[in-house]
Amino acid sequence: MAQQDITRRRFTDGRPNLRRFHQARWDEPIIFELSREGQRGVLVPEVEDEIKHEVGDVLATLPDGMRRKQPPRLPELSQAQVLRHYVRLSQENLGADLNIEIGQGTCTMKYSPKVNDQLARLPTMQELHPLQDEETVQGILEVLYRFEQMLKVISGLDRFSLQPRAGSAAIYTNVSIMRAYHAAQGEAGQRDEIITTIFSHPSNAACAKTAGFKVITLYPDEEGYPDLEALKAAVSERTAGLLITNPEDTGIFNPKIEDFVRLVHEAGGLCAYDQANANGILGITSAREADFDLCQFNLHKTFSSPHGCGGPAVGATGVTRELARFLPVPVIEFDGHKYHLNYDRPDSIGKVGPFYGVAPVVLRAYAWAMSLGAVGLREVAEIAVLNNNYLLKKMLEIPGVSAPYARGKRRMEQVRYSWEALTSETGVHSEELGLRAADFGVHYWTSHHPYVVPEPCTLEPTESYSKDELDEYVAILAHVADEARTHPAWVKSAPHNSTIHTIDPTPLDDPSQWAMTWRAYLKKAQQWEKSG
Amino acid sequence: MNEKQPIVYPYIPNSVPAVKEQMLKEIGAERMEDLLEDIPETLRLKGSLNLPKPLLSECALRRHVEGILAKNKTTREYLNFLGAGCWQHHVPAVCDEVNQRGEFLTAYAGEPYDDHGRFQALFEYTSMMGELLNMDVVNVPTYDGFQAAATSLRMASRITGRRQVLACRTISADKLSRIRDYCRPEIEIKLVGYDAGTGQMDLTALRAEISSKTAAVYFENPSYLGFVETHGEEISRMAHEHGAICVVGADPISLGILAPPVEYGADIVCGDIQPLGMHMQFGGGQAGYIATRDEEKYVMEYPSRLFGIAPTVVEGEYGFGDVAYERTSFAVREEGKEWVGTAAALWGITAGVYLALMGPQGMAEIGEGIMTRSRYAMLQIARIEGVKAPVFQASHFKEFVVNFDGTGHTVAEINKALLARGIFGGKDLTGEFPELGDSALYCVTEVHTRDDIDRLVSALQEVVQ
Repeated sequence: MAQQDITRRRFTDGRPNLRRFHQARWDEPIIFELSREGQRGVLVPEVEDEIKHEVGDVLATLPDGMRRKQPPRLPELSQAQVLRHYVRLSQENLGADLNIEIGQGTCTMKYSPKVNDQLARLPTMQELHPLQDEETVQGILEVLYRFEQMLKVISGLDRFSLQPRAGSAAIYTNVSIMRAYHAAQGEAGQRDEIITTIFSHPSNAACAKTAGFKVITLYPDEEGYPDLEALKAAVSERTAGLLITNPEDTGIFNPKIEDFVRLVHEAGGLCAYDQANANGILGITSAREADFDLCQFNLHKTFSSPHGCGGPAVGATGVTRELARFLPVPVIEFDGHKYHLNYDRPDSIGKVGPFYGVAPVVLRAYAWAMSLGAVGLREVAEIAVLNNNYLLKKMLEIPGVSAPYARGKRRMEQVRYSWEALTSETGVHSEELGLRAADFGVHYWTSHHPYVVPEPCTLEPTESYSKDELDEYVAILAHVADEARTHPAWVKSAPHNSTIHTIDPTPLDDPSQWAMTWRAYLKKAQQWEKSG
Repeated sequence: MNEKQPIVYPYIPNSVPAVKEQMLKEIGAERMEDLLEDIPETLRLKGSLNLPKPLLSECALRRHVEGILAKNKTTREYLNFLGAGCWQHHVPAVCDEVNQRGEFLTAYAGEPYDDHGRFQALFEYTSMMGELLNMDVVNVPTYDGFQAAATSLRMASRITGRRQVLACRTISADKLSRIRDYCRPEIEIKLVGYDAGTGQMDLTALRAEISSKTAAVYFENPSYLGFVETHGEEISRMAHEHGAICVVGADPISLGILAPPVEYGADIVCGDIQPLGMHMQFGGGQAGYIATRDEEKYVMEYPSRLFGIAPTVVEGEYGFGDVAYERTSFAVREEGKEWVGTAAALWGITAGVYLALMGPQGMAEIGEGIMTRSRYAMLQIARIEGVKAPVFQASHFKEFVVNFDGTGHTVAEINKALLARGIFGGKDLTGEFPELGDSALYCVTEVHTRDDIDRLVSALQEVVQ
């Protein structure tokens, strides 16, 4: 056979072909099924004979009812088996290290630099007890302090707590501070309403409710902007505060944000800027410019700390000078020589979690920001916005998709698209398009509930992906949209190249069938076997 | 680097000027500024952010950060006896190996298809915790043990429709602070005293306080002060007689030898999984668990995600998904139970790896080993004149209270002197428990050898004399 250049076969009409992807499929058993009696994964240090001799049988000192009678039925595996099992499971994920992770809009799935992970694993970070004498933890206190100073510059606010262990915990902290502030003003019972918008993260509404407030949710005007008239109707002497994301989850920046803040302030309420979507505005605008009283940044999003399958994380909570006295304890002080944890804060809302939050996440965020500086952070924001508007342009070339609201306008760092036209033409839903996209090795997400935008999908390209990668993602969606027309059944039965096939979700909502642990499953399965 | 050349950032592929230009052109914009048109001039920052000069190279960055961290003294260099909610246990190498893998580290919210491995690993974590606790439902981890306790109490309040919680006074002040702030709108927290001799919950006081208004009785085992509470059965019986729920906070690493709380009547069990394979990380390794029986009235009150197993269209293939998703704030915003969001999932996966490595025998051995060593430490410390250890006459697990009243020294003075000898002494309890005088909470685990303990004892001896 004549020799040929195989690289040519990877392109069609000058464009790269879609990947012939197949996700890892290990068909891995549940770990209990791998167990063999007597196997050991790790040995624990033996107690020295002298100690045993001196102490005797400690278990005999336990009252009968307090001693475990049956050993826990944990699996018994050798070490390498445990490792292989988990490495196989790890391969059955599409994390940001693997895929063009722009399909999880609102979550800012940017690159998490490896050097920062290495720094977070140094013994000088990992092997610190949080209650060590301050003299012995000056290094990590310095990192926390320095990062707080950076956040103050970025947000324009005056004081931060790094204690909340994720974005929602920070939102709750903001609400707690609002409550403490109104109590200090003698208006504790009176101000019982919190206002948010439907395109702010659901946790804004949920945290306010959990803290005991009545929630008023504003819907956008026809062009998708938060509705100032609706806000005017909502504010009153009962308003405790406003919790609002900006830009919202549609990627639309609210140009009247100052008016929103002014109206709420005039009514005596406080305003918290949910900066979960700050990636497109770093160095461009800030909470201070819009006159906010509080804000929060998600360090596992905007500041690059990895998402860890859903944490650990940090929700850095910032406030104005007036509200600083309510921040959780301790705050970190620096006297020019030494860093110090200050607990002497009588008006503080107290603790919002153990110790000082997730220090290694702050460390990564600090390292990331230090690698960029002012110019670099602005570059992050600008490229995030550029990538998004480029993606928008390319997405809209696909027949059947639209970008509702703010027509003809630019967007910030993300867009909530709608496949409504494609769905009415083909019967294929947005979620099904996403499962088919997984066959090409990318993740795709619809939106938070409720679906205000019909057949939604939310894409956020961040600054981390190249133009070619954005093109590849669009090519995948264009292909899938095309398939929805030509082979709708194939799309609806996706994924085909994933780790597993279509799940039957029935048991997940049926108390007689659901099983959240293996033991619960085995019990129920035994019942089914019995009843035939 | 030449100041005039624009910087191409390694983390920002499209910072290449030519690419930027091409992309702008494709979208019909002349300048970057055109893309920011919706942000009013009045809201624009004037000038650039006043941040420190960046460390553009990885080499310089590493040197800078390592330099700052080098100012820390670690528990590898110093002998550590601090616990109090964050404990020094050995972390098996495979735990680190698994949670460092980029596939887990950088995954987030993929579907049960793209992220099958994440779902299975977390389902296995909850399953192994279920075996340790003898309970059928365990959540995907919440932030930490504080949050787990606070949420457990709010669950109990919703289930019973009642608004009062009776909690044992031996709880940590920080945890109580979190619980109070979190429960404030719904629940009044009343503290029940403890027996000065044994530390055990004062059952007479509990009997006097408990009523048809009580939503839950909360205590910990082992307690924050380290002793084992032996009246679990009486406490839970009393709770149940009044229609209240018994909530127990338990240290999971004790459960290879201590009875799971469900066996003495607990309805909700909660705590922190940091001991199961997480480095201390200055308090960054915490993650909370909540466990209950598999009853709908309990399951439907969890705010957390619950992962369940489900069949797929292929015979014998395991699938996973969210159980009863409609109860969550993801599904129904403020109509959901509390809220759910990013929390501490990676630590859940890691704790699963830990339990799989340890197995039943490992958990039994580590529990007994810890208890033996801490008993040894108590016996040795008690020999020092003027020092009392343990303060409470009871069984202890890994922590115990040491009193220095008879030495004429404060805990602060003693800890300072120990520090000078390369030892982190126990947590000073004088602020939290003034009634205990000059007392400190010491923690001994499997990482401590006889030499370590003897070194502590001779240092204490020197210091108090």
